[in-house]
Amino acid sequence: MKYFKYSAGPLISIILSLIIGAIFIILIGQDPAEVYVKMFTDTLGNSYGIGQVLFKATPLILTGLSVAFAFRAGLFNIGAEGQMTVGAFASAWAGFTFTSMPWIVLIPLCIISGFLAGAFWAAIAGYLKARFGSHEVINTIMLNFIAMALVSYLVNNIYLVPATIHTPEISPNAVLLRFDVITGMFKGSPFNLSFVIAAAVCIIIYYVIRKTPFGYRINTLGYNINAAEYAGMNVKRLTVYAMAIAGGLAGLAGLNFVNGYKHYFELGFSENAGYVGIAVALIARNNPFAIIIIAVFFGVLEYGGLTVNTLVPKEIVTILQGIIILLIITITKYFDKKFKLAKA
Amino acid sequence: MEELLTITFVLQTLRITIPYLLPSLGAVYSEKGGVVNIALEGILLSGAFAAAAGTFYTGNIIVGTACGILAGIIIALIHSIVTITFKANQIVSGIALNILAFGITKFFCKILFGSSSNSERIPGIETLDLPFNPFLLLCVIILGITYFTINKTRFGLRLRAVGENPQAADSLGISVTKVRYLGVLISGALGGLGGAWLALDQHSYTDGMSAGRGYIALAAMIIGKWNPMGAAGACLLFGLAESFTLQFQDSGIPTQFIQMLPYVLTIIVLAGFIGKANPPAADGVPYEKKD
Amino acid sequence: MTNHLAVEMKGITKTFGDLRANDSVDIKITKGTIHAIIGENGAGKSTLMNILYGMYHPDSGTIYINGNEAVIHSPADAIKLGIGMVHQHFMLVNTLTVLENIILGDEVTGALNTIDKRRSRQKVKQILNNFDINIGLEEITGTLSIGTQQKIEIIKLLYRNAEILILDEPTAVLTPQETDELFKTLKVLKAEGKTILLITHKLNEVLGISEFITVLRNGKVTGNTETKDTDKDQLAGMILGGSFESIKRKQNSPAEEFILEIIGVSVRSDKGLPAVKDLSFEVHRGEIIGIAGVEGNGQHELIEAICGLRDYSGSFILNGKPADKDLPVAHIPANRHKHGIVMEYNLAENVLLGREGEAEFSTGVSIKEKALRAYTERLIKKYDIRPAEADLLIGGLSGGNQQKVVAAREMSKHTDLIVVSHPTRGLDIKAADFVHSVLLEESAKGKGIILVSSDLGELLKLSDRIAVMFNGKINAMLDSATTNEREIGSYMLGLSGSGGDKG
Repeated sequence: MKYFKYSAGPLISIILSLIIGAIFIILIGQDPAEVYVKMFTDTLGNSYGIGQVLFKATPLILTGLSVAFAFRAGLFNIGAEGQMTVGAFASAWAGFTFTSMPWIVLIPLCIISGFLAGAFWAAIAGYLKARFGSHEVINTIMLNFIAMALVSYLVNNIYLVPATIHTPEISPNAVLLRFDVITGMFKGSPFNLSFVIAAAVCIIIYYVIRKTPFGYRINTLGYNINAAEYAGMNVKRLTVYAMAIAGGLAGLAGLNFVNGYKHYFELGFSENAGYVGIAVALIARNNPFAIIIIAVFFGVLEYGGLTVNTLVPKEIVTILQGIIILLIITITKYFDKKFKLAKA
Repeated sequence: MEELLTITFVLQTLRITIPYLLPSLGAVYSEKGGVVNIALEGILLSGAFAAAAGTFYTGNIIVGTACGILAGIIIALIHSIVTITFKANQIVSGIALNILAFGITKFFCKILFGSSSNSERIPGIETLDLPFNPFLLLCVIILGITYFTINKTRFGLRLRAVGENPQAADSLGISVTKVRYLGVLISGALGGLGGAWLALDQHSYTDGMSAGRGYIALAAMIIGKWNPMGAAGACLLFGLAESFTLQFQDSGIPTQFIQMLPYVLTIIVLAGFIGKANPPAADGVPYEKKD
Repeated sequence: MTNHLAVEMKGITKTFGDLRANDSVDIKITKGTIHAIIGENGAGKSTLMNILYGMYHPDSGTIYINGNEAVIHSPADAIKLGIGMVHQHFMLVNTLTVLENIILGDEVTGALNTIDKRRSRQKVKQILNNFDINIGLEEITGTLSIGTQQKIEIIKLLYRNAEILILDEPTAVLTPQETDELFKTLKVLKAEGKTILLITHKLNEVLGISEFITVLRNGKVTGNTETKDTDKDQLAGMILGGSFESIKRKQNSPAEEFILEIIGVSVRSDKGLPAVKDLSFEVHRGEIIGIAGVEGNGQHELIEAICGLRDYSGSFILNGKPADKDLPVAHIPANRHKHGIVMEYNLAENVLLGREGEAEFSTGVSIKEKALRAYTERLIKKYDIRPAEADLLIGGLSGGNQQKVVAAREMSKHTDLIVVSHPTRGLDIKAADFVHSVLLEESAKGKGIILVSSDLGELLKLSDRIAVMFNGKINAMLDSATTNEREIGSYMLGLSGSGGDKG
């Protein structure tokens, strides 16, 4: 019953949005049943499809977790997109710069670089909030654009491989292997070890939030910043830490593309994962394990869009995403009131 | 020759400023009333698409412009329903609408024009031929009207009141909902008009042509401290900077750094380095009656 | 004779969730009188008046205005019927000018819906003249004092030609002298034929100014009388419902030795202005020192400095040793919901607040959940917190029990110094009494207590000495055995003492 109360809103939103999506599909003269059936059978019906879905889900787990962690601290991180971008570039940079290192050093180095770059980028917004009280929503949006411009400069003006639009390739020792290569499963899909990293990070964050004094402080900050201050917590430092960790998580989201898939960095790799992460966190109500499930669902949508592209433009999926978020924030509010749920 | 360069430069600057200024003034209406409108990006984009489609099918610029405005109003209406009536988070609603607009424009671009990247060529407006281009004139008039409305009229007073202390306004019999709806819808209309300009100026719709201008418009409004004249000044500044890079492309300054300018400036202003930026006290907060 | 009645409310019932805020309330208000509605906090006074003003909608019941049945769906309806209300929390837009605040919602407009400033100003000026009130109309409202803001609220009602004026706890934020001034204005209004409904819980005021009194308790009317036919004891009986014996005054007297010496401390306000100016006093072992003052005279900043929440200059000496930033201090903050508890946490998690790093509750890596739970259950028993469930969300507790949780947590820190702000604000009398007894008990153990309160009765009852703050300084240090409310009030306003020189 408890789970029903928490999931009723999201479930109804998803169903309603599929119905609204059906209207768009009918509008262009296609059969929604056919489109939806194809969308789900081509994604979840075979191991290649599942591999694609999990591949798409991987960065969404991390950006969703990033937004959720910030939410826990009462901070709204709209900057996952930018943090992910600088993080991905940093991972790539480490991968193509320290090419002589063995994998046991280089892979952790790529992971740490991505985390730190994202953390630094988000910490700017955290610091500005703590020091000057300027709102993180606007600042993280601004930092997204600055990140885009900065990385565009680095890629196009400094590290560009001539006649391409990307950076040099990372060392083979920096590659996170595909499951296909390791196990022979998910044949041909780019599903790779980044997923394991993402899942492990979920477990760690869950433990931190639920069980540790630090997590308790983060929660207190989010629920009641004044009470946190009166209880003697260093609210400013906590704000910077919370943003930094959120940014670090988003920074890891680039691993999937850079170290797991293409093995280089290029602009536009993110496919809005930073923004979609907001939806993931919202629907999952900031619960790390629910985030994995919701990210997989969004993975189904994203890859599903590609599978039905011959019937309807794949943007039907983007439309669905927008509608789901709008419905979630209105409907969930209604159910929370009805079931008297506390803020998640 | 040098003079020609100057006139070209001025017109170029104004041309670039228009799609910042219109949504930025829109943002003033919305935020003075207490509703953060990040959806302006999507409003601009769908305004551009609707204007292009409208013009393409009717061959009439005015009808096309009206379509652009209408599209902006529709997105703003959804934003109002979600955030004012249902009191949902304004930021999330804005982001969702931006995602939605991004998807819908691309979806229908494929359906109507058979291409996911751009529309066919449409009739438009030649900026550089027309010192008194109708959009430019319209911009100046709208700026004047906005300043006057916010500061001198009953609606302006009520708008400022519901953005600052909705409960006080409510206690005096003012409908917070009505005033806020009006503010957001006006911002949608202005954003849609700005989008129409983008399409008409380019003689076509291209995918994602709002290119972050909705966010820059918000930034300009913040730098302008939530005032129409200040917002206009900031928009002009951004227009100048961009025009400058176009004019002097070989100046050695990487364009990316000029692109960063509005965003960096906004962060600096928000941090309070250039005077104090005081948003309306209830900006971003849904008004919940206790009953 | 019904046309003598300005207001009649019949069978008004209003529930919030499980709470019956009003339970078939009947009330009749005679035209041209001052009618007081009294009762404890939470008795349903404000709810009833918010219904009359259209802010809340009753579940059942009828309202008659001037003898005619009225349906009041919104404040706009109420205003049309000539009803106006000054809310406990002022309904002013801080960034607007005084004039704009007064005309808001009923603007005098010219062409194109522009505001006709000249005519609005004329209209307001006339009201100011009629009632002999003086305010600068172009001032920014947020910069004005509480007393002035209250005047603006009253002018707002007069501007709308309100005939029935509701004032919700108007004196809660005023000094005795400001209260006198307000009452003078109310008498002028009555003389002009206005009907005034006064919500309060201060019996002295009620007896002084009103002609009729209605008493509410637990949402029901427990008394309806003419003021001249009643007295304090009878009213107290109606308010409390049966006899209730309050605890005694303080028994123990302070020791010679100091717990805390405050030497030349200065603190700045949020706006960066000097709020506490070179202030010094001592707290003895076993002493309760009361701090009185009109809100905004530095009490808040002083408390925050002592509790390490605000930077200061000067020094604190604790038990004879100069203390650095973090004084070990137990703190019951003024605003419980804002500063004292986290509504989304259960009792145990609220007990953990500020103590999550202590070895008793943390292994260094994770929180010792069993130890925390056992500890919380001990406190629940000791402080008689109800319901006695450690994993219940604190939002499910009454205000009194929430305050007990805060008190329990803070007292169990075993510090020598205790700082308490407005500890009984919003509590019913029994809960307030419990909090008082806890403070007296701690004092008897030899703790030093600093008590800030706007309830002068509370200060007089509990304190050994009362420091009156004015303009960031201590304007007088009074012995509570020999002083009285009027004397304290006069120091609070700077009418007496040296604090008057603007330093």
